[in-house]
Amino acid sequence: MAEQTKKSFLEKAAESQVWKSIFRGGGVPRNRRQRMMSVLNSVFLHLHPVRLPKHAVKLKFTWCMGGLSFFIFLILTISGILLMFYYRPTIEYAYTDIIDLAEQVPFGIMRELHRWGAHAMVITVWLHMFRVFMTGSYKPPREFNWTVGVILLLLTLMLSFTGYLLPWDQLAIWAITVGSNMARAAPFLGHEGPGASLLAIGDINFITMASDARFALIGGRFMGEAALLRFYVLHCIGLPFIIMIFMSIHFWRVRKDGGISTPV
Amino acid sequence: MDSFKEIVNYISNPTILFTTVVLVFPFIFPPSDWFEKWHRRLGLHHLWGTKFIVIAMLGMVAFFMYGLGDYNFQKIVLKPDNVPISGLIFLVAFFTWLAMNQAYKNDERLNAGEKPNEYFEAPNDKVLVWPDLVYVELISLIIASAFLLVWSIGLPAPIEEPANPTESPNPAKAPWYFLGLQEMLVYFDPWMAGVVIPSLILVGLMAIPYIDRNPENSGFFSYNRRRLAISVFMFGWLVLWLMLIIVGTFLRGPNWNIFGPFEYWDIHKLEALTNINVSEIIYIKWLNKGLPDSIIIREIWGISILLGYFLILPPLLAKTFLKDMYARLGSVRYSVFIVLILIAITLPIKMYLRWMFNLKYIIAIPEYFFNF
Repeated sequence: MAEQTKKSFLEKAAESQVWKSIFRGGGVPRNRRQRMMSVLNSVFLHLHPVRLPKHAVKLKFTWCMGGLSFFIFLILTISGILLMFYYRPTIEYAYTDIIDLAEQVPFGIMRELHRWGAHAMVITVWLHMFRVFMTGSYKPPREFNWTVGVILLLLTLMLSFTGYLLPWDQLAIWAITVGSNMARAAPFLGHEGPGASLLAIGDINFITMASDARFALIGGRFMGEAALLRFYVLHCIGLPFIIMIFMSIHFWRVRKDGGISTPV
Repeated sequence: MDSFKEIVNYISNPTILFTTVVLVFPFIFPPSDWFEKWHRRLGLHHLWGTKFIVIAMLGMVAFFMYGLGDYNFQKIVLKPDNVPISGLIFLVAFFTWLAMNQAYKNDERLNAGEKPNEYFEAPNDKVLVWPDLVYVELISLIIASAFLLVWSIGLPAPIEEPANPTESPNPAKAPWYFLGLQEMLVYFDPWMAGVVIPSLILVGLMAIPYIDRNPENSGFFSYNRRRLAISVFMFGWLVLWLMLIIVGTFLRGPNWNIFGPFEYWDIHKLEALTNINVSEIIYIKWLNKGLPDSIIIREIWGISILLGYFLILPPLLAKTFLKDMYARLGSVRYSVFIVLILIAITLPIKMYLRWMFNLKYIIAIPEYFFNF
């Protein structure tokens, strides 16, 4: 019993064929080399470099707001998919389905998680931008990634805005009415916008109540079934699809532009 | 304590609140030497010391605790969708302090000829992502999840009456993150407040790194060497964006009237307002005759004011106050910068014109939906 090299359960498991086949390289990351390999060999972790400047792991410096925005986005995706099982985007069912979520689903907090998560994500995105500004991290060579970030901000707000309509209650339709009424005043493209009346041949206006930006947004002249369906499709498929593309660019550029910004 | 509530209600009026904030702001975030001097002299740099944040946080908590005892305050603050904004107030206060605290420490180090706190000697000062970063991430995720779960269990998501397109609530509010824009609707027409200004905010944000592009003083918190950039950004972010959201959320009641946080939302509160346009002031009030029939003649004054503001003011500034900036930025960058800034400043200008002269539009061409 002289040798005290009894292996822990984890270490034994790490030597098994199954473990080695799942985690490339295998082994429990104990020494420096294994720790570096564990980052390099994981599809999720290899978003990170292997080594970082020491301030990059300090919450005081990073605030972790970018990471949290992404994490909350994942929570929203998962809770959103679960909500889609219960929710039907029609005027007939939308409202009652939401009521059912609260009253019929045991321990149903998915809607709460989704709604408060959405609010939280708007806040974390703002604070992330605030931190990036305060550390001057938008400066060359990161200027394009800041631009991508602004697009992500817009998409975050649009995702939140389109989701706001889906419960189809008074809060929802009137908030969206206030918002989408802006589209009718869009210059040239809204029928009450400056310049719209110039887009006409003789007496025939191209931009009317039934062909302007607001009509395109809500799929009709009034808030109704078409608006609900449009917002639902944009919220569940369209905007998530676009935001994922921009998120990929954003994360990739963080690495390519030299990782977290550092003092020169 | 009723007098305290009355004082709070009184100073919540945007005229007083906004004026105070605008006057105090450059002393808190000084953009130039002169303001910096007074910033120090008035002791405002202590705002970013450790003591102050404790006092400020306790003060804010005390104010909310006290306020929640009041029926009107409780009603508006505990509205489920307004809860995140209360959280936002605390978060922004804390993170502004956190950024400025580190910035001032770094400024002192730089002034003493040292490197900023974030400086590291590559490659010796590097740490491994596994485990140094992954465990920070893991802990953050767990805390964030726990926080969201507790919030979700504790506060049910709002659901009101079924949608009824024929019965509009009073007031009808946009989602909270757009309330700054909705607040602008008081002073601008929808095409400006709802379309042009939001687009320009996005364009302006995107333009930041192409205007302020000196890579020095990046990668660490600092204030002094970037004070103009930070001061301008802070004004836009804290005053024009967040403060308007807070006003729009907590202080705008029925008929879009202003109500103090402790004031009852009286639907019948009347604010007699007859707003008038520049053309009406000139032709009817001063010249004592009717408005001319020709749109061009009618609006020539307003158009001249705006042309002067956007076409004559920028070159004048480039020759005088902003000479250095013009030399540094060049004509294209300078033009983009100054036009964005001037448009941003039209908001406070229009607020004051409204409050002081009941001015509605500088240019009013309702015939073509062109009102500014």
